[in-house]
Amino acid sequence: MQQIINFLIRNKTFLLYLLLLSISFVFTIQSHSYHKSKFINSANFLSGGVYNSVNNISEYFKLNEQNALLQQENNTLRTLIYNTTRKNDSIQITYTDSTNISATTYTFTPAVVIKNSYSATDNILLLNKGKRDSIKQDFGVITPRGVLGIVDRTSKKYATVISILNTNSRISAKLKHTNHFGSLLWDGKSPYTVQLKEIPKIAPIKQGDTITTSGLSAIFPKGIPIGTITDFTLDHSKNFYTINVALFNDMTNVEHVYIIENKDQPEIKRLLNPTSDE
Amino acid sequence: MNSLISGHTVRFISLVFLQVLVLNHINFLGYLNPYLYVLFVALYPIKNNRALFLILSFLLGLLIDIFSDSGGIHAAATLTIAYARPIILKFSFGTAYDHQTVKFNTIEFGALLVYFFILILVHHFVLFSLEIFNIKSILLILQETLFSSIFTIILAIIITIIFSRGR
Repeated sequence: MQQIINFLIRNKTFLLYLLLLSISFVFTIQSHSYHKSKFINSANFLSGGVYNSVNNISEYFKLNEQNALLQQENNTLRTLIYNTTRKNDSIQITYTDSTNISATTYTFTPAVVIKNSYSATDNILLLNKGKRDSIKQDFGVITPRGVLGIVDRTSKKYATVISILNTNSRISAKLKHTNHFGSLLWDGKSPYTVQLKEIPKIAPIKQGDTITTSGLSAIFPKGIPIGTITDFTLDHSKNFYTINVALFNDMTNVEHVYIIENKDQPEIKRLLNPTSDE
Repeated sequence: MNSLISGHTVRFISLVFLQVLVLNHINFLGYLNPYLYVLFVALYPIKNNRALFLILSFLLGLLIDIFSDSGGIHAAATLTIAYARPIILKFSFGTAYDHQTVKFNTIEFGALLVYFFILILVHHFVLFSLEIFNIKSILLILQETLFSSIFTIILAIIITIIFSRGR
């Protein structure tokens, strides 16, 4: 007994080091698995408050740019409204479908990105809306130009978003003109390109084709634009394409975003749960 | 003694804010960020309570982690250099460290550079290994470690020179 105590006292620094190191390893491993980072996230009173007050100042420097972006979006929506009432055979048909449904199934909440991040391998963003605005885990987040990510942790006033620029993120995506779908992943390299995998070899793809969300995951509605194909290769098994997708979004410059709630998500999840986890 | 403690408290807080509000958003060449907060560990008094020093370093890293949503990578890296600091000090300052006469304000530039270099290299290597967390990307880890280290060292040296008194 005496020896054990002596051993502990002699090595107390080393033991303290091991203890703290294992704590940080637990946090690290949690952060690398999807939806597990329970304690360490920026959606809390302290860091959320700091980022919010800093953003209150810095957003003034981007006003012009963001105004132009919002006007552009208004323009697109206006075009959509006045054209779809007259003729229904427009090429925007998938997109209008989802916006028509949105009145009943999908609700949108505007939010502002108060912390952006795109240079790490697991990027997480912070939004200024939280539980108070009934934001919950697994809500989709989009910008006027395309998909941004999925809500992870929420606190009272803030929410963290797993960006599509996160190696843990998996978003179901499809070719715009056909229904061949695959998973959208990121290899951690360029913030302007993401990878689309598991598209079958039979799918007719070519450079410049548009990729949209598939609507299969109950997070995003069908037909939200993601990006265009820059190049593609067959994977090792020669059965599936690995496609590089250039994002419509400039992920280095996002400010105004929309959080999408799918009212049917709990029901869909319950139905799919025994066989799939998403 | 009191002014020493308050000085380190101010340094602790200002380094955290500098790191999370300014330096994390530099993204030089798209991905390079300096991690200047290691200066707190580097310039902590040499005669110290080691347990307290380890805990403080851990808290510093954890604070950075909370702000940057990175799990525990900064905590682990900062803790590691805090634990390894006596060895690095001994290596870079030799006998001066053995006689407990090292003062950061008075030591020569070359030794300081070696000290910063080793400390920052170790910190960044642990940091990026845990961040990327994939042995297949070892090249990416080494590349980011090297480039970010250079960036951090340059900034750290500049800041130390600017803020050191009596030089």
